[in-house]
Amino acid sequence: MSEYTRFFEGSDRDFAKAQTLTERLRLDVLLLLPMLAIMVTGVFVLFSASDGDWDTVNRQIRNFLIGLAVLMVVAQIRLDTLQRWAPTLYLGALFLLLLVPFFGVGVKGAQRWLSLGFIRFQPSEIMKIAMPLMVAAWVVRYALPPRPTTTVTALVIIALPAAAIATQPDLGTAILVGASGAFVVFMAGVSWWQIFAGALAALACTWPAWLFLLRDYQKQRILTLFDPEADKLGAGWNIIQSKTAIGSGGWSGKGYLQGTQSHLDFLPESQTDFIIAVLAEEWGLRGVLILLLLYGLVVARGLWISFTAHTSYGRLLASAITLTFGVYVVVNMGMVAGILPVVGVPLPFVSFGGTSIVTLLLGFGILSAISTEKRVLSR
Amino acid sequence: MARTLDALRDTRREWMINRSRLILAVLAIIVVLGVLVYRYYSLQIVQHDDFMTQSDRNRIRVEVIPPTRGQILDRKERLLAANKPTFVIGVVRERSEDPAALVDTLTERLSLSDRELRAFQERSERRRPFEAVPIKLGLDDTALATVAVDLHQLPGVVVDAKLTRDYPYGEALSHVLGYVGRVSAEDLLELDAERYRGTLHTGKVGLEKRYEPLLHGKPGYQYVETNAHGRVLRVLEKQAPVPGKNLRLYLDLDLQREAVAALGDQRGAVVALDPLTGGVLAMVSNPSYDPNLFVEGISYSDYAELRGSLDTPLLNRAVQGQYPPGSTVKPLISLGALARDFITPDSEIRDPGWYQLPGDDRRYRDWTLRVRGTGHAETVDLRMAIAESCDTYYYDLAHRMGIDAMAELLQPFGLGQRTGIDIPGEQDGILPSTDWKRAALGEPWYPGETISAGIGQGYMLTTPLQLAQAAMVLANKGESFVPSVVHRVDDLTVGGVQRPSMPMDEADWQAVVVGMVDVVHSPRGTAAGISRGIGYQIAGKTGTSQVVSIAQDAIYDEDAISERNRNHGLFIAFAPVENPRIVVVVIAENGGGSRAASPVARRIMDAWLSEASDV
Repeated sequence: MSEYTRFFEGSDRDFAKAQTLTERLRLDVLLLLPMLAIMVTGVFVLFSASDGDWDTVNRQIRNFLIGLAVLMVVAQIRLDTLQRWAPTLYLGALFLLLLVPFFGVGVKGAQRWLSLGFIRFQPSEIMKIAMPLMVAAWVVRYALPPRPTTTVTALVIIALPAAAIATQPDLGTAILVGASGAFVVFMAGVSWWQIFAGALAALACTWPAWLFLLRDYQKQRILTLFDPEADKLGAGWNIIQSKTAIGSGGWSGKGYLQGTQSHLDFLPESQTDFIIAVLAEEWGLRGVLILLLLYGLVVARGLWISFTAHTSYGRLLASAITLTFGVYVVVNMGMVAGILPVVGVPLPFVSFGGTSIVTLLLGFGILSAISTEKRVLSR
Repeated sequence: MARTLDALRDTRREWMINRSRLILAVLAIIVVLGVLVYRYYSLQIVQHDDFMTQSDRNRIRVEVIPPTRGQILDRKERLLAANKPTFVIGVVRERSEDPAALVDTLTERLSLSDRELRAFQERSERRRPFEAVPIKLGLDDTALATVAVDLHQLPGVVVDAKLTRDYPYGEALSHVLGYVGRVSAEDLLELDAERYRGTLHTGKVGLEKRYEPLLHGKPGYQYVETNAHGRVLRVLEKQAPVPGKNLRLYLDLDLQREAVAALGDQRGAVVALDPLTGGVLAMVSNPSYDPNLFVEGISYSDYAELRGSLDTPLLNRAVQGQYPPGSTVKPLISLGALARDFITPDSEIRDPGWYQLPGDDRRYRDWTLRVRGTGHAETVDLRMAIAESCDTYYYDLAHRMGIDAMAELLQPFGLGQRTGIDIPGEQDGILPSTDWKRAALGEPWYPGETISAGIGQGYMLTTPLQLAQAAMVLANKGESFVPSVVHRVDDLTVGGVQRPSMPMDEADWQAVVVGMVDVVHSPRGTAAGISRGIGYQIAGKTGTSQVVSIAQDAIYDEDAISERNRNHGLFIAFAPVENPRIVVVVIAENGGGSRAASPVARRIMDAWLSEASDV
């Protein structure tokens, strides 16, 4: 230990008093440990969900490694740097989002991707990070709580990309992006009457949104939620099968790799959005509760980081990232269990998928940065 | 900019705001988490049993294993109705990337007709997801090997083996066996739907229909685990089906084919019975049809052709054809008359060639009048009356007996009533009487009609089978059996049920049989032509039944009237006389006279008796 201290001594002002390796790497152990536990769990569930396909598992592990590398890089960035670059990042992401309808690549009837030839990416994923960075930077320009004008402009900042994403159409991401911005505004201490007025305005927007913005399949999904039995082999199939998978798991589950719903192909999207049903079927309520506990630990640590952050920017950012992460979990598990519409939100660190994992870990890198920065400064 | 503003900030206040909002967030998280946990608890613990059942119902399917239909064999165990493997090519849309292109490919490869494609479209509309919809039915193994050998490699194509009914002797046996056809919605009103799940065919006509409950068997079940695409992964539990019972017939395939050949193109019917059991040795109705056409559904045009044909190939003449028996009824009337002492074997009549009712100037002509211009002889007794088919003798006898006594005496032979043979659709025929005429036509009986009835004309109608049954009574001198095609159902004997016997004097039977022997073996007998080179004795009786009634005094000219108005030729016989082994009835529709029928009977008897002596 002393050797490390000697090695790093005087190399950087912020690191001067760092005690441990993780602190020197600006990593928050209590955040990362439950997160890594979820990842390991996720790999096991994915192995079962993919019917023992090592290729899928290897690709997922590769996604994790890329994401963790991104996390470690982002964790090194200073908060005020992020704050400075936030508008640029936001405007860039918004610009790319607006390009999607014209230059986007369609997958399954939804245009979400931009292609640069060698790489394809979703601008909406960048916005997931850019949004809280930007809104937080916007509201902390003046003393908190924000004045009404600040709140209204912040809402415009939130609504523009959210609407753009919703029309792709990608309702799930739009909700997540919108929520991440809204959480910043909420945490900034916007007054209750403003929240109430905002909620009314949002409600007022629902009607035209239903009429003009939502596509038929999205309406179908929402309607299906209320009566999944109506169309057993069509829109309701997914919900019925996922509920059956979860319910048949019982307390202790059917056993690892023994889930009939997933292994006999009754469960759709079992590797991606509906993967929690595989876990619930094979590991039972026991497994679900353990996973929820791990997610709870992550969220608790994220909120603690927010609570102890040194600056308002750090506090807002940390709580927004953490709460958005919580929304991921709740929306996913709620939709698979049939209490929320099927909007296409993956289960963090368990669902198979490259971009969403990298984006999530990028957010965790920021969390880590906030966590370690405050500690360094407090000493 | 930020730093200058920072100086103005109340950092403690901002921290307090953040803290209160964090507390609210934590509370919200706890509520949401509670809802989520409750939801999973509700699904996984409270409703667990329901969903477990649902999950099992998802993956476990009960499959019906249809029973194998019983086979039909002749008396020498030759297969007359067999189960043949056939192949069905089906399409599962979900497994094909381009179902429309797949159907096009199959249409070309299998050269599907428009009718098959239409049927496929109709079936497709009723299908369930992942269900294989048959597109081509009834491919046999050679067709499968040549045209469809690699089809199962195309995604979305399934080749399924099934058993279908096959009638290897086709037209020769269609009127006896009948046929099976696809189970229709109407069939299911009569059949037990549970027993017919998975079964494609049911008996529609003939033995196939009559013995349907025994031939069908009982379906088995198996519980199989399937994936979401309906593919069977393993069998969990199985209960084997009970196959249908086999039918063993009295019928002899060789004799049947001999009868078909003997009849040739002649429209008509042949019934050959074993007088010792009542078993049907052969039964032919000509023209016939190919029963195999009906098994997988006959085309509309084929069916329309069969239905519309003037030759009525679908009619089983042996049991459904109703003909005036003509002179074949004479031995039967004679027996009744002997029993009631209207005549004795020696009583004679004068025969001028015609008969006149007292006080009526209409002349009822004997058939000899137009041939020879005279009667049979100065005087005619019973033996000659039968041998030469003397009409005058029976005009006189009928007049003396009266129609009701005649009907009463003919009734025990089974004329005018169904025999009870195990072939569905049998007709009654008509045994006329005053009561019958009043009931059926609402008219009184006229004396002249009795005269016609005496030679088996007029209202009297019989089926060939009824005549065969009556001939069996003669052959056995009173004993007879209910005619039956099926001898045994598996090991249970169903044939050989006795009819009420007719106790009569041996001398009376003998008197009639002597006359019937003369029909064939006397040079003046009406069927003397068939006795050439014969090694056994036949007792027979010819008959000619009029299709049109001949005007008074008109000279009947065979050639002048159209083919379909020519008389039917009939012949009933049994042989050998002393120890009858076979009873044969032949009806040659529009054959002109019995000359068209009697040689057919001789040929059938030759075949049967030579074989019987071989054994």
